[in-house]
Amino acid sequence: MPKCIFEVSSISQVNLDNPLLQVENLSVDFNIHGGTIQAVRDINFSISRGETVALVGESGSGKSVTAQAILGILPKIASISQGSINFADPQQDNRIIDIAKLDRDSAGMRSIRGGSISIIFQEPMTSLSPVHTIGDQISEALFLHRPFSHSEGMDATRAMLQQVGFPDPARAMKMYPFELSGGLRQRAMIAMAMVCHPALLIADEPTTALDVTVQARILQLINELQSALNMAVLIITHDLGVVANVADRVVVMYHGQITESGPVDTIFSNPGHPYLQALLNSVPRFDMTPDERLTPVREANYTIDNMLDPGSNAQQLIGEPHLIVQGVGKSFGIRKTGLFGIGAVNRVVAVEDVSFQINRGDSFGLVGESGCGKTTLSKMLMLATPPDSGSIEYRSAEGETIDLLALEGQPLIDFRQRMQLVFQDPFSSLNPRMTVFDILREPLIIHNIGDDDYQREWAQSLIRLVGLDPRFLSRYPHSFSGGQRQRIGIARALALKPKLLICDEPVSALDVSIQAQILNLLKDLQQELGLTYLFISHNLGVIHYIADRIAVMCRGNIVEMASRDQLFANPMHPYTRSLLAAVPHPDPTKPLDFDALRNAGLSDPANWPDKFRPDADSGTQFLDIGNGHRVRTRQSVAHSDLV
Amino acid sequence: MLIYILRRILTMIPTLLIISMLVFVIIQLPPGDYLESYIAELQSQGESVNEEKIQYLRKEYGLDKSMPEQYWTWMTGMLQGDFGYSFEYDLPVNEVVGDRLILTVLISIVTILFTWLIAFPIGIYSATHQYSWGDYGLSFLGFIGLATPNFLLALVMLYLANVYFGTSIGGLMAPEYIDAPWSWAKVKDILAHLWIPVVVIGTSGTAGMIRRIRANLLDELQKQYVTTGRAKGLPPGKLMRKYPLRIAMNFFVADVGNLLPQVISGAEIVAVVMSLPTTGPMLLDALQSQDMYLAGSFLMFLAVLTVVGVLVSDLALAALDPRVRLQGADR
Repeated sequence: MPKCIFEVSSISQVNLDNPLLQVENLSVDFNIHGGTIQAVRDINFSISRGETVALVGESGSGKSVTAQAILGILPKIASISQGSINFADPQQDNRIIDIAKLDRDSAGMRSIRGGSISIIFQEPMTSLSPVHTIGDQISEALFLHRPFSHSEGMDATRAMLQQVGFPDPARAMKMYPFELSGGLRQRAMIAMAMVCHPALLIADEPTTALDVTVQARILQLINELQSALNMAVLIITHDLGVVANVADRVVVMYHGQITESGPVDTIFSNPGHPYLQALLNSVPRFDMTPDERLTPVREANYTIDNMLDPGSNAQQLIGEPHLIVQGVGKSFGIRKTGLFGIGAVNRVVAVEDVSFQINRGDSFGLVGESGCGKTTLSKMLMLATPPDSGSIEYRSAEGETIDLLALEGQPLIDFRQRMQLVFQDPFSSLNPRMTVFDILREPLIIHNIGDDDYQREWAQSLIRLVGLDPRFLSRYPHSFSGGQRQRIGIARALALKPKLLICDEPVSALDVSIQAQILNLLKDLQQELGLTYLFISHNLGVIHYIADRIAVMCRGNIVEMASRDQLFANPMHPYTRSLLAAVPHPDPTKPLDFDALRNAGLSDPANWPDKFRPDADSGTQFLDIGNGHRVRTRQSVAHSDLV
Repeated sequence: MLIYILRRILTMIPTLLIISMLVFVIIQLPPGDYLESYIAELQSQGESVNEEKIQYLRKEYGLDKSMPEQYWTWMTGMLQGDFGYSFEYDLPVNEVVGDRLILTVLISIVTILFTWLIAFPIGIYSATHQYSWGDYGLSFLGFIGLATPNFLLALVMLYLANVYFGTSIGGLMAPEYIDAPWSWAKVKDILAHLWIPVVVIGTSGTAGMIRRIRANLLDELQKQYVTTGRAKGLPPGKLMRKYPLRIAMNFFVADVGNLLPQVISGAEIVAVVMSLPTTGPMLLDALQSQDMYLAGSFLMFLAVLTVVGVLVSDLALAALDPRVRLQGADR
């Protein structure tokens, strides 16, 4: 590593007895339309030098507002109504400064912001400017706070990029954020926050938008930098797995108040407050028994009425083949334009050669990281994108086989009633200009089902089915929370009484407690209505909870497929193993093995052992190692080689 | 990048060719030609029409040839800088247009600069002080500007200018300079007259621009990267200039291509009201009397301005935004 240009903050011996940051009786008000809302109410906590404190809570609990208050970047409508934030600034000989009293844009506040306290945000794409180079944005923080010449600053920036793991820092300096992957963008963001070697780093959901293997590496990076620079970290998250792995102390927030705080071991082994207990019970764990249910903080109380009768023969058909996918592949062309608009076409393979079968009543899980082709696959199954090769067959309850790719015109429209989709984003997937009633009724109108009375009655049944009040039918989507909107999305998907539901990351945008609620709802609906699910997710905990059979996807191929128990007990493929190893457990006694993750990079087939790596001469096979557990290996590999 | 520029310039050629064909066809669309409306005019004044002279003129101007032939003559002529012959003025188009074109370009450029100078500070102020009294007041003024028809404003301004400042009504220069050769005194006189048409023509554009700058900037100010900048400790002014303003410029640059033709065509009615010696009133006349080469040249002039303006704004956008520069070429 290149030599550090400046010394790690020279800690003077004065004032070292008191903590680095002490928040006392802090309240933050939001002034909205004449009224005030207390977002943070009378909270107290402190952070010592070099310590990691986790601030845990659901969205709306006031944890981000607390971070904004510490940095002096509260929105204009918010103000600190009482309390103090005492910060012992090492840049000013540990003199204690009350941040709550400083003007947001004053020079004093600005020198602390970015210089002594810095922040990493959740979404690495939007938190970097799209039109400035990485080098420019990182060095800017340095030049603002440290008396560096241009070349010194550039050297320090390069060194920082190297330290956060950029393979070629000199090149990265001149790159723009959109040229980097999500993980590298977050590394750039970390480099920007760290370049001034702050005494306190606030990480606001730093890994929520990232894949699980990337998340593990980012957490590891923050950990390493923290010990190298003797920096305190305030990590804000709703992911209790992350908390258990990185935090020394935990502060739990609920409705703007601190309900509980203490050392991480005590908090997890002996949660005192009912809210924390409920939160811990709502996280899916790998060691749950098949019949164990999550207990959400608030359960959805749904009612199923007789209009939803799944049909008498539904139970008998369970286990029969339902959807058969054979050798489906899809590639996209990226056209390179030459002088006259004609050029070579580069093909990117999104899905290479995917085969699987979903049986009636199954809950089939599809796991993979972003870019592995799972969304393209779901689009092909929904007949939204035609595949380049392969076949998709559907077996109806009457036993007839429908070739989905041959459907067109009216038969295709009719078929769509049998297969429906639940979307990832509950905010953009509901039309804001339609009432809930119109949203639920639209599929019936399209398919010309029933008269007005029937449609009204049906919409009421549907809304009760997902645990909402029929009086909500006349409201617009904006008056619902994320979890409620997702329930409306599920109700809409069920409006046509489909047999097969494709759920594309239905809970990834939701808080854990809401996630548990939706997962329980989906589980119960499947039981009651005899539904079949294809459940797509990047979250292994969620997949473990909901799916019976699981396929792991990587680079457009299914690399391993097995029943849930087989897959979690005996993962064979290196990629599956790396995925499982990267999941942080909400249990401080089972920490992530950062050393094992260090040399990972197993998302790239080039790093797989020979047995699994596809080579140029021979293709790969999908080897069956018993009980339907299949692993993708080289042609020459036999079952005995894997044991 | 070089290939991109080259390709853009090459695609301009067929674009302009197609526009020239459309322009020619459209001018020819009304029944008859210049000579027929000329005859009708003579007859309505009770004068006799000399059939021989008409035949002679028809041959002389090539009006007896087929349309493609006429088009070919006009098009090849334009390439050599010969824009044809104006029947109405009995002069080559070049000479008729001459000074007017210069004055039109002058008024347009000054108007655009005026628009920017006023709109930018006000737009930025309105966005950063959203819902303040200043924002409301300026927005109110802007809406008045947007809602007032240009010609009405022109009449009001002419009246006020005459009563309070004693500037002569209409025109761009005092009467004694109209046919005088260019001189320092003439330039000064033009500049003294220029502000009225500039304010009149620019007002609604300025008001619209203020609204657009405000809206775009407000969108950008919400973005996360602005918070990142604040969290770095950037002072508010520098933060504003470096991040949101820079990105809000995208819309503005993309708009440059439309600006020139908009200002020029928007100014036509004002020019008639204020009897400005610009191209606007002349184009109207030429279209009415079917003075085809004169009208055609004007329309081609507008088309070239549009195409060049779009090219300039595309190139500027590529220079300003790396996403356009680095990703655009691969699409």
